[in-house]
Amino acid sequence: MEEVTAATQRKMIHSLFLINCSGDIFLEKHWKSVVSQSVCDYFFEAQEKAADVENVPPVISTPHHYLISIYRDKLFFVSVIQTEVPPLFVIEFLHRVADTFQDYFGECSEAAIKDNVVIVYELLEEMLDNGFPLATESNILKELIKPPTILRSVVNSITGSSNVGDTLPTGQLSNIPWRRAGVKYTNNEAYFDVVEEIDAIIDKSGSTVFAEIQGVIDACIKLSGMPDLSLSFMNPRLLDDVSFHPCIRFKRWESERVLSFIPPDGNFRLISYRVSSQNLVAIPVYVKHSISFKENSSCGRFDITIGPKQNMGKTIEGITVTVHMPKVVLNMNLTPTQGSYTFDPVTKVLTWDVGKITPQKLPSLKGLVNLQSGAPKPEENPSLNIQFKIQQLAISGLKVNRLDMYGEKYKPFKGVKYVTKAGKFQDNQYQLGS
Amino acid sequence: MSSNSFAYNEQSGGGEATELGQEATSTISPSGAFGLFSSDMKKNEDLKQMLESNKDSAKLDAMKRIVGMIAKGKNASELFPAVVKNVASKNIEIKKLVYVYLVRYAEEQQDLALLSISTFQRALKDPNQLIRASALRVLSSIRVPIIVPIMMLAIKEASADLSPYVRKNAAHAIQKLYSLDPEQKEMLIEIIEKLLKDKSTLVAGSVVMAFEEVCPDRIDLIHKNYRKLCNLLVDVEEWGQVVIIHMLTRYARTQFVSPWREVDSLPAEPQGKPKNTGMGSLSLLQRIFPIYISSRNYVSFLGDVLEDNEKDFYDSDEEQKEKADKRKRPYAMDPDHRLLIRNTKPLLQSRNAAVVMAVAQLYWHIAPKSEAGIISKSLVRLLRSSREVQYIVLQNIATMSIQRKGMFEPYLKSFYVRSTDPTMIKILKLEILTNLANEANISTLLREFQTYVKSQDKQFAAATIQTIGRCATSITEVSDTCLNGLVCLLSNRDEIVVAESVVVIKKLLQMQPMQHGEIIKHMAKLLDSITVPVARASILWLIGENCERVPKIAPDVLRKTAKSFTSEDDLVKLQILNLGAKLYLTNSKQTKLLTQYILNLGKYDQNYDIRDRTRFIRQLIVPNEKSGALSKYAKKIFLAQKPAPLLESPFKDRDHFQLGTLSHTLNTKATGYLELSNWPEVAPDPSVRNVEVIELAKEWTPAGKAKKENPDKKFYSESEEEEDSSESSSDSESESGSESGEDGEDEEDDHSGDSAEDSGESGSEPEAGKGRAATRSRARGRGDSKDVDKEKENSKTSESSSGESSSIEESSSDSESESESESESESRKVTKEKKKKTKQERNPLTKDVSLLDLDDFNLVSTPVALPTPALSPSLIADLEGLNLSATSSVISVSTPVFVPGKTHVLLHRMSGKGLAAHYFFPRQPCIFGDKMVSVQITLNNTTDQKIENIHVGGKKLPMGMQMHVFNPIESLEPAGSITVSMGIDFCDSTQTASFQLCTKDDCFSVNIQPPVGELLLPVAMSEKDFKKEQGMLSGMNETSTMIIAAPQNFASSVILQKIVNVANVGVVPSGQDNIHRFAAKTVHSGSLMLVTVELKEGSTAQLIINTEKTVIGSVLLRELKPVLSQG
Repeated sequence: MEEVTAATQRKMIHSLFLINCSGDIFLEKHWKSVVSQSVCDYFFEAQEKAADVENVPPVISTPHHYLISIYRDKLFFVSVIQTEVPPLFVIEFLHRVADTFQDYFGECSEAAIKDNVVIVYELLEEMLDNGFPLATESNILKELIKPPTILRSVVNSITGSSNVGDTLPTGQLSNIPWRRAGVKYTNNEAYFDVVEEIDAIIDKSGSTVFAEIQGVIDACIKLSGMPDLSLSFMNPRLLDDVSFHPCIRFKRWESERVLSFIPPDGNFRLISYRVSSQNLVAIPVYVKHSISFKENSSCGRFDITIGPKQNMGKTIEGITVTVHMPKVVLNMNLTPTQGSYTFDPVTKVLTWDVGKITPQKLPSLKGLVNLQSGAPKPEENPSLNIQFKIQQLAISGLKVNRLDMYGEKYKPFKGVKYVTKAGKFQDNQYQLGS
Repeated sequence: MSSNSFAYNEQSGGGEATELGQEATSTISPSGAFGLFSSDMKKNEDLKQMLESNKDSAKLDAMKRIVGMIAKGKNASELFPAVVKNVASKNIEIKKLVYVYLVRYAEEQQDLALLSISTFQRALKDPNQLIRASALRVLSSIRVPIIVPIMMLAIKEASADLSPYVRKNAAHAIQKLYSLDPEQKEMLIEIIEKLLKDKSTLVAGSVVMAFEEVCPDRIDLIHKNYRKLCNLLVDVEEWGQVVIIHMLTRYARTQFVSPWREVDSLPAEPQGKPKNTGMGSLSLLQRIFPIYISSRNYVSFLGDVLEDNEKDFYDSDEEQKEKADKRKRPYAMDPDHRLLIRNTKPLLQSRNAAVVMAVAQLYWHIAPKSEAGIISKSLVRLLRSSREVQYIVLQNIATMSIQRKGMFEPYLKSFYVRSTDPTMIKILKLEILTNLANEANISTLLREFQTYVKSQDKQFAAATIQTIGRCATSITEVSDTCLNGLVCLLSNRDEIVVAESVVVIKKLLQMQPMQHGEIIKHMAKLLDSITVPVARASILWLIGENCERVPKIAPDVLRKTAKSFTSEDDLVKLQILNLGAKLYLTNSKQTKLLTQYILNLGKYDQNYDIRDRTRFIRQLIVPNEKSGALSKYAKKIFLAQKPAPLLESPFKDRDHFQLGTLSHTLNTKATGYLELSNWPEVAPDPSVRNVEVIELAKEWTPAGKAKKENPDKKFYSESEEEEDSSESSSDSESESGSESGEDGEDEEDDHSGDSAEDSGESGSEPEAGKGRAATRSRARGRGDSKDVDKEKENSKTSESSSGESSSIEESSSDSESESESESESESRKVTKEKKKKTKQERNPLTKDVSLLDLDDFNLVSTPVALPTPALSPSLIADLEGLNLSATSSVISVSTPVFVPGKTHVLLHRMSGKGLAAHYFFPRQPCIFGDKMVSVQITLNNTTDQKIENIHVGGKKLPMGMQMHVFNPIESLEPAGSITVSMGIDFCDSTQTASFQLCTKDDCFSVNIQPPVGELLLPVAMSEKDFKKEQGMLSGMNETSTMIIAAPQNFASSVILQKIVNVANVGVVPSGQDNIHRFAAKTVHSGSLMLVTVELKEGSTAQLIINTEKTVIGSVLLRELKPVLSQG
């Protein structure tokens, strides 16, 4: 191995710039010497090259720096890197920063950040030291820096106390950095939301090309003291690939398939999982769809019908269908039997908000499509993206068996809720009329 | 949101009346904080005043405004003197904001900054660890060279602090000091060495980070801490995990021997035996203490010793033997190597993508190849995350999938592109799909590609076309099909698509110097319509290169382009010149004048490149007195055999960069990238990692005995703060629970050494393996519904007519030659096809459809019932969709709804002398012939020797049956396995196909008897069509039976699952809840097979099968009945 001679400046994250959609740099933070804003020009250049914001490369190389960026909630978080670093490390951290803003201010928007610029600065200061992540657990941060609330500000202004904690957060030193000590509630509650999403691609013939269930269990735990919980499932074998919150004891899961953990306080994501793809995925809705264009004419017919399918006797609600129409479509003149639709002539996106399906009368959307005259008719019909929701059902059949609590004496109130949603649900069910 | 801004304003509004007005404005304007940003000299004055006031609230408010200015990038340096005074403020929030300010401006105002130092020095002694830590943080962030000695002292003290939090900050400070003054390196290394021994999980990540920055080459510092780091890893915070894993990967590559040696037979590995010199090692010289080993490491050390002995023993034995024999010596993994691999595995379950990626790269770079497979699942899981994470992960998968296809093959479908993916993600997915393409899945993939080509995202469509080109070159079975598909695309409406196709076809034709005159002719015609320069240039080059094959067209093309020369793009002009030169050399009679005309035009072109080229060509080809010896060779120069371009993945060989790094992403070496060294040929002395208890005891005296007994408690890693044994009751309770499990396992592992580790893992691994196999099988089977359409032909004729119309324009001589060569080509092609077919099946040429018939674009369209002549019609149909006539038909083969993972034993390892074989029906159209059922055979070598030359020997097939055997396998490594595919035409019967599976030495007779359900291909049809077809298949063609079963068996999903499990049928959408319909066709004859399950009242149902093939119909009925009635 060679001797590294010069003092290489290995800063993981050197600087951070927040940039809004119109290209204003509205916040900058440097963890070492100041890097001029002009470094962002390389970023703007790349942004110009990319057709849309989604296509701006997350990693850009400039003569002296590397820029790693994420795009979240219409904002770009652009970090300046000087040396080799795993790019995912930075990306993951930037997302964690955005999550923290979301958590603190309720939204991660330009206005929220500007309004709370001091808290933002204090947070960034705590989250990163010398470019290396220091405290990223929201529980710890909240002890160091209190999130803004009306009540606290009033109290602070009267008593002169501040937003900043002056004792070391207990979590940082204990074995369970995610939980603060001395939590007290009058009503002890533990809620779990099992949320499953179906990702699917359905091809022209209506058969499923790809279907997969992705699920998460989000928990809201308000329990006093140091509760030790274990959550077991009726059918844990369904969970094929699981990622855990750090609080979960991996060994217990490996040996007994039980989730055993001392929970963080408040809201957090306990696990996310994928249901093994051996199981057949039930597709709860179907879409009949036809779009036809007459040759040498500037209009076409458009017709979609949605119906329930394998819905396990539950109501499917919150259905939305989004279609990215081809560029030659000028306008659409449609009549829905149910719900309402919008067509944005600029982005060419048709959105149909359907609502619930009642099996008696299947919702449909029919009408005319106006095309740019003279332009060739679209060669390929667009694919549909469908969103829906089914309450009280986990489509994989996953069921929580029981929740036990050890370590504390009180009896908590427990609740589990199931929801199934469409994830990336894409239907290519189109035939081209001739 | 609004409440926040309100809150903020309220709070600051409590201050002086002077700024009330300003605050009020910020309440009103929606982006209120903007008020803070307006830096104005006057305002700065009032900020100074506020800072000097004696009210904390005013100071706080001023500081907040200043921080706002800093955030906006405004200069606030002139306030330095006013701010720095407040560094000793009692109010912790003011203090913090002053720190923020100091860190930002200290470098600029060094003298003034020194005023604050004493405050920090005092704070470093504060009883509150938070204050100590933050003082250290700020002190070390002030980049003023003069305070280096003070910083050094502070870091030294902090590194011995009782609070691990302060020690963590000390580790961070090391890096800061190092970058400020590299001269301090040696002293800093000492501190790093000390901190590396720290047992707190809090410190581990930070100190390794400091190590990586200051002295990444001092691998020797890691030895003693290696095992501890491995054991602590699970409990380190996630960011630290990433850093430690990357460092340990580098470490492992220097300290252990390659676990891949048996697979890699690189000549670069003459591998001297890893002789363990034991005491002779240099690192051991450093430690001549008597070695006491902590209980944890005792066993592994013993293991080492035992192993060493064994090795030595073995070695001495080997001494006399041939060198070649050494290869066979079993490789034993260093237990420390194993420890790392084992302890990182749980982290694949981390929620942090960076951690998962770090583990993945560790497995990739240091785990045995057979174990690296477990990372695929976790990486695929990451694809659900944000686009940035996807981007990086896909890049890494792309690199991996080139080298080890098998790893990601089971997840093929996870890489299918969605229309909503950003283009960069789409292109990466496409790259991976291409890498994963093989003989077995290519038909599925080509179908998928045909959807992509039609994408509205043209950049993506173009990339897909390139991909098809790459598949064509890498998978010879489909190269003709791909070429045909691409030719079809030439008539696409979109110019970008056409242009890309031209470019790719050019490359393909160059690679297969076969007779493709027709395609070239067709492309020549395109020249009239296409405008994209690259495409035009490609066509011209192609014609020039093959000018002797198209002797009549080439001069005409030259004539046309001569006319348009002046208006062409430079790229095209150069190619026109080239074409002229080539024609001049081969056919000067016809083209002499034309070429001279073009050369004259080129002589006066505006572009100097073109003028140069013109001059060069003229000298070379036109004989004159000055032309030297070279012109004799002009023909050789211009018409030399050009090497075919290699269509390669941009990710090829990218893994010389450590995966997951920035350098890998950029594919260039980033500053500060640490090279991953090659495996050493001889492992350095492993005993350097042994930890002596003496040293430990010194360090851990306060920790007491209990600590020593199990220093590897992971879940609750101890921190010194909690040494006062009075742990909270709940803690200790749960701790004991989790520990007992852990300890038990650890002990077991350690005692039995390697074998136990393996068995420990085996619990989960075979299962995962099974899962993988099953998902793979599912992933393979995907067809599409549009194999066959009659309407397609209609649309094709319309297209062909347009093709003809374009040819009308051509000169008469041209069209004449065309018709002539057309027939010529036809016959040529027929003979070619025949050659191919003799091997596979002797289908009568009932319909004269040609693969390369360009003039009317008639790709083979296969009506279901008709026998077809082509090599692999189903594959051609795959690309048929590329032709723009996407229309539906009554009967079309669709994707299998479900592919059961069930395998059947073909040859048991006992009877096969160690060779085991299993077969499995992947339910996909067979690429060897459309009447064949595809069968996948997995061969396993369970012996400890190579099995060579595995092939199919004699076949004993009943009348009419056909079989396409797999290519002989040269050799199968011990414990190796390989999957091959075969096609068998069972003639729609369940008769057994018997053949011999032979190796070099033996022949084993084996049989494949297909379940009747596998003789079918699913068909997609509408309910109406189903009823119509069913009506025609009544009477004799109908068989039915009643089924009685429990009502829960009649849930629609249950019925569906059961039926598709048994038979490869397609689901027909049903309007009625109580009737389920399924449709399929038989593979050989294409007869329809309609299955209906009608639920009756009570717990009965009627099962009806309609088919012409009454025999299999009734067999299927018999098989389905018990399945449906079972519980």
